[in-house]
Amino acid sequence: MDERDQLRRDILRGARDGFPIGLGYFAVAFSLGITAKASGLSPLQGFLASFLNHASAGEYALYSLIAANAAYWEVAIVICIANARYLLMSAALSQRFAPETSMLHRLLVGFGITDEIFGLGVARPGWISPYYMYSAFLVAELCWSSGTACGIVAGNILPASVVSALSVAIYGMFLAIIIPPARQDRVVAGLVLASFACSFAFSVLPAVSGLSSGMKTIVLTVVISALGAALFPVSEEGGEAA
Amino acid sequence: MTHNIYLYILTGALVSFIIRVLPLTLIRKQITNRFLRSFLFYVPYVTLAVMTFPAIVHAAQSPIAGVAALIVGAVLAWFGAGLFPVALACCVSVFLAEFLLTLA
Repeated sequence: MDERDQLRRDILRGARDGFPIGLGYFAVAFSLGITAKASGLSPLQGFLASFLNHASAGEYALYSLIAANAAYWEVAIVICIANARYLLMSAALSQRFAPETSMLHRLLVGFGITDEIFGLGVARPGWISPYYMYSAFLVAELCWSSGTACGIVAGNILPASVVSALSVAIYGMFLAIIIPPARQDRVVAGLVLASFACSFAFSVLPAVSGLSSGMKTIVLTVVISALGAALFPVSEEGGEAA
Repeated sequence: MTHNIYLYILTGALVSFIIRVLPLTLIRKQITNRFLRSFLFYVPYVTLAVMTFPAIVHAAQSPIAGVAALIVGAVLAWFGAGLFPVALACCVSVFLAEFLLTLA
């Protein structure tokens, strides 16, 4: 196939896959905007904060810290903890890039990592096309940033029932990414079920339920994936099939 | 002492950026260690699963609606529905479930 055709395909496909994510983002960001407004952010500041940070838990923490007039170093540490899972996602994505991929592509794709965009990337077969990632990211990101700005401007115009319905969209997408591979691979299926169970346990056990959600995600991801890797190592050629 | 909102935003942005790009820029080759390869192979599924449950149950106003979304989404995904149809079906399930609950 012609290289330009391939490029056009990647970009169109990215926009198509990014759009439903954007819809979910808009709703979540809208409610995030209400928090941002309470912390004294203008619509422009909300747009900027969302465009640069694009992380729901991290931004929620940021707005709470701004409201508390926290020190800058406190913001840096909390954002580090809330977003540390992106370190793991970035490491996983590094294995899905063609080795000759340029530094600029790595920086830009890295900037765009969110839970959902990462999910899209790993769901694609073969080497990841940076242009696919850019287009998915930009579509979703503009919804996210403008959603935050709209939330700041418009507060509560969407009925609560609509916000409630839209807020599960992102989890639906996660299910669509993890369930099909689980159906084909018993180890993946077992790890997904174990993850559900442990995540539930972490949300109710008194000793750990107080951890931030970002911290829980990191601990569980590292422990469960490491156990999976130790007990069921993937075959030499098997890993690329994912 | 009062702080500048733009400096807050920049601090958060800088830290987020560094976290996101470090592994992608430092790990430039295919990892050959079998354990690490397996670990990174499983990370996406585990991390997305951890984030999905029980969060989906609490995302909606009513936990019952959240459970409905989980079941509908999982079944549709099992039978191969794509990202958008599954996401949409989850939203519709919550909307309908919460509507029915108001009637009950």
